[in-house]
This record gives sequence, C-alpha cells and structure tokens, in this order.
Amino acid sequence: MYPVPVICPVPFPEIVEKPNVKQLFVRLMPFLLWAVAVNAAHSEALKSGIFDPPRLAPDFTLQSSNGGEFKLSQARGKVVVLGFGFTHCTAVCPITLANLAQARKKLGALADDVQVVYVTVDPEHDDPARLHEYLAFFDPTFIGVTGTDAQLSLVRQEYGIVAGKVTGKTGQPEVHHSSYIYLIDRAGLLRALVPFGKSPDDIVHDVNILLLTNLAASKAG
Amino acid sequence: MMWIRRHWLLLLLLNLVFDAVILMALVPIRIESREEVFEIPTGTWARRMAGEKIEILPQAVYLALGVRDVLVLRNLDTVPQIFGPTLIMPNQSFKLPFELASDYQFACTAHLSGQMTVVVDPEPTLGWSRLVWRVKTLTRHLPTTKIAETKIATQK
Repeated sequence: MYPVPVICPVPFPEIVEKPNVKQLFVRLMPFLLWAVAVNAAHSEALKSGIFDPPRLAPDFTLQSSNGGEFKLSQARGKVVVLGFGFTHCTAVCPITLANLAQARKKLGALADDVQVVYVTVDPEHDDPARLHEYLAFFDPTFIGVTGTDAQLSLVRQEYGIVAGKVTGKTGQPEVHHSSYIYLIDRAGLLRALVPFGKSPDDIVHDVNILLLTNLAASKAG
Repeated sequence: MMWIRRHWLLLLLLNLVFDAVILMALVPIRIESREEVFEIPTGTWARRMAGEKIEILPQAVYLALGVRDVLVLRNLDTVPQIFGPTLIMPNQSFKLPFELASDYQFACTAHLSGQMTVVVDPEPTLGWSRLVWRVKTLTRHLPTTKIAETKIATQK
C-alpha cells in the first residue's frame, strides 16, 4: 500500500478570503497610469527632426541676460530649448520666440521644467541688457546669452549653426542665420531639431515626450 | 462604322492613353518605406580634401505625404559634417518627418548654392491627386534617373 496523501479538509483562511479587487485596483492605479504614460512617450514619435543616436549637447559658458554667466550644463534636469538669433531680427526670431512663449503657456505646470535659451548671433548689438529687455517681451523666463565673437563662433560651429552678415534689400546690414531650434533633454542630450514654423502645439507635443521619457529613465535608473 | 474602320489606329492609341490614365489614377501606390535616405559615404571628407567636388544631396528633394515623407540623412564618414540643415556626427543619422505639404528651404553648406529645397507634395489620394502625383514623379525622373551621389568632374 502506498501512503495516501492527506488532503487538508479545512482550507487555509487566507486562501478562502476573497481578495478585495477594488482596493487592489486603487492601489495599483498610479503605477498603471505611470506605465501607460511612459509607454506612450516611448512609442510616440517626435514631430521634429531626431538625431540617432543623440550626442551630448556641447557645453558652453556665456554671459547671461539675467546677469552673471550661464553654463548650459547647469540646466541639466530641465528640457532646454536652444535657439540662435538676434534682437533686431524681423523675419524669423519674433515668430520663433512667440511660438515658444505660447508653447510654454500650453505646458502649464510642466513649463517649470523647460528652459528656453537664446544665443545671439549679433554680439555687436546684443549685450545682456538688450537681450533681457527683448526676451522679457515674449516670456520673462527666457534666457539670452552673448559673448565675444570668438566664443559665439565656437558655439555655432559645435551646433552646426550658419550665421553671416549680409546687406538687406533696404541696404541695412542684416544677419542671416539658421532658423531652427534644438531640443536638449533632461540628461543634456541633443535630441531633436525643430524646423522653423512648427506650431506651438507641435513643440508642446515634443517637449512633453522628452519630459516624460527622461522622467522614466531617471526613475528606472 | 466607316469612320471607326478608317481611324482604328487613332482610336486604339486613344484607348491606350485612357487606360494608362485610369490605371495611374487608381492603382494603389506600393510603399516599402516612407523614408528617403541620403548617405555621406565613408571617405567623402578625404575626397573633398583632395580637391574633389562631391554633391551628395540633389538640389531639390521631392517627398509626398503618406508615401515618402521622412527625410533621412546619414553620416557614414569619419568626421562630423554639415549635411542638409544640420551638423551630423560620424555614424549618426538625422530623421526629419514632414506633415505639411509645402516647399521647405534649408541653408545647407553641403550644396554649392548653399541652399537645399525639400518639396513635399500632398498625399496622392485615389483619383486625380494620384494621377497628378504620378505624372509629376515621372517628369521629375525622366531627364535623369535618381543618382544618390553625383560626382562633379573636378575642374583642373
């Protein structure tokens, strides 16, 4: 005779007890929502031009429109929107800056995690005070940076920005410059290039993705 | 009937043209990839340094929404290069999707003219739009077949 296994006639109370599904769902809800958001951020494509693989955004230290110096790497932890232009620009810069100001408004509370940095291509006219006055017209949080010709030329070279003085149709000197803006993520990686003319909604779309993606990466790390 | 017998060849030709137009307007477009890829091959910088004039991107790039609407620029060379609108690192690619039909102008030092144009056509939907797009594409490709790399003879 083989020994017959004894089956416990009385089930364990914890097995019998009905799990509180509602309570479990409520507890898991924040994690589920977070997972869905992260997944969406990863799977959704940016509307801007993307670099693959992204490289570390070249660092620079220049004079800030807020006084003192501004070092790009100090903005790590925020998404940086980096643009190049000049305060007397009539064609490109006002449109870009107005779009960025509108995008920041649309971001709501998340706007605190976004820093717009505008590098002048005309240091002859754009000193920190002039940059401060000009940018404040669009959004007081925007930071303008300037420096010597040599410093700015090096920054432009590292970012592939083209800028040069030409004589305009009216005979007035103008500075022609690359019209796009860069998006740098929280980790300081140069992730995307936003062509001139993208709507504030498109910018918000991409910035949101970068904000969420990096948040997920930092949580995972 | 006499007229038909006399002009049968003309009628046949007209019928063929009509069939071709109908087919061009209705046959679906086969899409293998929505990406239009241009690459800087390895050694381009060295060849340029040696005095060779090389144009990798055509003066105008033609795209169409829903068919081929993503411009991909890839730098396979060993040095960073301004390619299209931006600076691209070695072994890095830049992918730019388009969502609006328009003509886009980019400053591009890779071009001898310093400017590059990307023409994005509307989505060639069934019917007239598809016919127009096919005719446009044919005419754009008729004079020269697509050449990924056009080597301009070095002037001595």
